[in-house]
This record gives sequence, C-alpha cells and structure tokens, in this order.
Amino acid sequence: MMIDTTPFRALTPDTQPPYLAPEYRSTVLRSPRSAPVAIPQTITELTGPVFTAPQFPPTDNLALTDGREALGERIIVTGRVLDEDGKPVPHSMIEIWQANAAGRYAHPGDTHDAPLDPNFRGSGRVFTDQNGAYRFVTIKPGAYPWGNHHNAWRPNHIHVSLFGPGFATRLITQMYFPGDPLLDLDPIFLATPDADARNRLIAAFDIGVTEPGRALGYHFDIVLRGRHATPMEN
Amino acid sequence: MFATASQTIGPFWHLIDDPAWFDLTRFGAEGERIAIEGRMTDGAAAGVTDAAIELFQTSPARSASFPGYGRTATGSDGTFRFVTIRPEPLSGPAGARGNALQAPHCGIAIFARGLLKPLFTRVYFAGEALNETDPILALIDPPSRRPTLIARQIAPARYHLDISLQGDAETVFLEF
Ligand SMILES: [Fe+3]
Repeated sequence: MMIDTTPFRALTPDTQPPYLAPEYRSTVLRSPRSAPVAIPQTITELTGPVFTAPQFPPTDNLALTDGREALGERIIVTGRVLDEDGKPVPHSMIEIWQANAAGRYAHPGDTHDAPLDPNFRGSGRVFTDQNGAYRFVTIKPGAYPWGNHHNAWRPNHIHVSLFGPGFATRLITQMYFPGDPLLDLDPIFLATPDADARNRLIAAFDIGVTEPGRALGYHFDIVLRGRHATPMEN
Repeated sequence: MFATASQTIGPFWHLIDDPAWFDLTRFGAEGERIAIEGRMTDGAAAGVTDAAIELFQTSPARSASFPGYGRTATGSDGTFRFVTIRPEPLSGPAGARGNALQAPHCGIAIFARGLLKPLFTRVYFAGEALNETDPILALIDPPSRRPTLIARQIAPARYHLDISLQGDAETVFLEF
C-alpha cells in the first residue's frame, strides 16, 4: 500500500472550539491546564484505520427497526465528505447516533422522561462512495433538556463520527437543523468562536433531496483536514 | 474551505459502542498479545466514566486480521482495557532532526462529554530501550512529564497507563 506522507494542514484558529469553555460546565474539570505539545506528523498520525463494509456492516436506515417504522418526521440526510481543498474523501466510514423524535436516547443513562420508541434504536453506519457522497434515512431528533444550567435544552442534532485518511483527520461533530431557536442559547454550539464555522454545522433543507410523499431532505457537507500542497520540511 | 468544527461526543455515544472493539486481535491477528489497561481521571481526581478511548497503531501493519484500531468505553470507575499486538519500532519523522527510530507506541484519541474536541496522546511501553531516544518523547519539556506517556508493566504482557485530563499528574497531550 502506498502511504501519502504529505502532512495535514493545521486547523484554522477560531474555526474549532477550545478545550475550556466555562459556559459548558463539563469542560471545567476535563480540559487540560497545559497546552498540548506540538509534534511532527509521523506514520502514526499520517495514516489511519481503514474500515471495510464486510467487517463493519452499514445500516443506513435508522427509521426502520426489524421492518417497523419509528415515530416522528422521516428525513433523508445526504452530503459529501471533502477535504479542505474540496477533494472528495471516498470509501470512508461514518457513524451516526441521535435521540428519538421525542428527544430521548435509547440509552440507560438518559433520564429525560420523554417516551422511548421501541422502533427506534438511534444509531447507524454508512460509507462514502467514490465521490465522497453519503446518505442515510432517519427521523428528525427531538430537542432535549440537560443539566448544564437552568432551563438548558440541546438543539435538535445528529451526532456524526468520521475517520478520513489519517489519525490526524479524526472528527466527531454534530449536525444541526436550520431555524432552530435553541442554537443561539446552546453553549456547545456557541463554543466555536467563528460564526461562519458554527453556521457550517447547520444542515440545509433541500427540496431536491426531499422525496414526494415520503421524507424531507437535508444536505450536510463535512470537511476534513486537507494536506499541505507540497511536502513540508521540518 | 475549512475543516468542520468538532463537537463533543456527549454522554450517550454508547449507542455506537461495540464492546468487541477493545480487542484488536479479534479478527485472528498473529503476534505477541499484550493488554493495555488504565484509569482516566478528571481535575477532581474522579474517574471519567463516560469517555471513549481509541487506540491506533501502524505496527504490525494493518491487514484483514488486524485493524490497527480499537475503541473502548471507560467503565463506572474510569477504567479501560485494550488487548492488542505489541507494536514494533517505527521510522521517525522526516527532516533535519534525523531519522531516529520511534520507540514502539500506539496513538490514543480521547472523546468525552466536556471535551469539545479530541485529546490526542500516545502510549509507550516501560522497558523499551528506544524510549530514551524517541524523537517524539524528546519534544516533551520538562522531561519529568515524559513518563505520563509510558505505560508501566504490571505483569508479563500487561501494561498500565493512567490518563489524567487535568491536574498535577496531567497527561501530556499532543497536537499535530
Ligand atoms: Fe446529543
């Protein structure tokens, strides 16, 4: 196997959240006090795990469990995974998980008293195609309360986990929905300083993706770190 | 274009947890099996009970029988455990620093509620002579912090690494 040894570009300041964001209370005791040590990228950072569908079987319809439909507003989420140069990231695994339509996770730790849906487990796995495109079907997750501060509610969101070509491109993010009034009150969303970077976390409603009589469509592109144009001397 | 902003994995990520993934040898890998165990604590020295820890290694080379990647959830006391194949020395970073061999190591990524983006670190193994000349460990200043990346051997083929997110014994985290 050929290994691309071109280093990945540094992330752009302010387009990523900090470790310490006191408005998000859980960061206070979990953020390191010392700055990270900068290291050159070696084979450990330049390469990454490779997942294949036979060993990691895809499940692209979260709205259907053992042939039974989940409750809620059926949606299609599609988009492309690209690098910072706009090049597609092909054949890459994406993991997704979310609350049900009532805002409840099928998780023993979720104590919200909204109802569980026996037909909604809330997790899936898809792979990008050769053009970096992905697609899955689910139901629109509900907003849910959390204990961060008085009257705290998470905006509707889907958790998304990506790997890309290197350990350095590992990304876990959240996809939000347009027009959600909770976004401007959410310390997790607001922790990213750059407003444009925040807004890129919001999917676009897309009538072209919407299927008549079936499901609303949303478009969400995800961008992973790109590589330097030329190998870097260091 | 800019890379998409990271967001926290949150407390309910176990919906994607596959408990089998702690064992990187589960597809029948050949080589010396080792266990890497430890405990993750926060700035109040309490166990971090809802984290995801990922292990990634490029040695031995990835194959159908060895994914080179594992993930596990920390338990109710913050403990975790991986089973994998002992890595070999690796070539170091290219360039003016020379091409010093890297000591055997695995990359670690940590995701948790309260972490808006991953923490990266490494695990090295006590008793490896190459630890003394490893080009990445050498970048950690003061040197007294280097042992936070070196797992101690607690039994044959069994290593222990404590991960402290914050505080006096804070683990050295890496940026690349
Ligand atoms: Fe969530």
